[in-house]
Amino acid sequence: MSSNNAKQVLVILSSSPYGGSLAKEAIDYCLAAAAFEQNIQLLFTGDSVLQLLKDQQPTGISQKNISKMLSALPIYGVDQFYVEQSALSCYGLEHAPLCLPATPVTSHQMSALLADANITLNF
Amino acid sequence: MNYSLVVLGAPYSTASATTALNFAKALLSSGHHIFRVFFYHDGVHSANKLTTTPQDEINIPQQWQALKEEYNVDLVVCIAAGVKRGILDSSEAERHEKNCSNMSNAFELSGLGQLVEATEQSDRVVTFGC
Repeated sequence: MSSNNAKQVLVILSSSPYGGSLAKEAIDYCLAAAAFEQNIQLLFTGDSVLQLLKDQQPTGISQKNISKMLSALPIYGVDQFYVEQSALSCYGLEHAPLCLPATPVTSHQMSALLADANITLNF
Repeated sequence: MNYSLVVLGAPYSTASATTALNFAKALLSSGHHIFRVFFYHDGVHSANKLTTTPQDEINIPQQWQALKEEYNVDLVVCIAAGVKRGILDSSEAERHEKNCSNMSNAFELSGLGQLVEATEQSDRVVTFGC
C-alpha cells in the first residue's frame, strides 16, 4: 500500500464516548490510518466533545478509556485536532482541561476544514 | 468517478444499510465505479447470510451479493468489528473453534487497512452512519 499519498482526510466525530462503540471504532480507524502514515485531522463535533474530557473512569462499565486511546494519537504522528466551539459551550466545557490539544473552531472555520479536505469520514 | 462507501448502520435497524445499497446501485447504473464498500461498526451485519426476511421485504445481504455478481464490487467487512459481533467466515469460525459460520461468500473479512486504502484510492468516500 502506498504511504506517500498527500490526501487530507478529515475525520468528523460526533458520538459520545460510551453511549455506543462508535467512538472507540473511530479511534481504531485513526490509529490504523496513522500507522499507514495518512494525513488525518480530527474534528470533534456535538456529543463527541465529551470524548476529550480528562479523568474518565470507564472500568466500572467494562469499557476501555477513550481519552487514553485518544492520547495515543500524537505518539503516532497525528497532531491536528479541532473541536466545535459551540458544542464545548453547550456542555459548559470552554475552560475544561482536555486530553488533546484541540483547537476550538467556529461553524465558519468548520466549513473551511470540510472544504479543504479531500476525503471526509463521519463517525 | 471512483467511489468508496462506508456502511456503519445495522440493516433493518437503521436506514443506513438500505440507503447505502440504493446509492451503490444508483452509482453503478450511472456509470460510476465503486472501489470498495467497507462494512464497519454495526454495518457488518449486512454480511450475514442467515438473514431471513419476509417475502415482501428487501434481503440486504442477497442484494449486495447480486451487485457483486453483476459489477464485481469489492465488499469488505472489518474483521475486528465483524468477529466481535458474530460475523464469521468459515476460516475464522475454524480458527475460533466455532461449529458454524454465517458470512456470505460475496463479502471478505479484512482489516482497517482496507478502509485506509479506500480513502487513498477513491475520489469520494461516502459514510452511511448509524
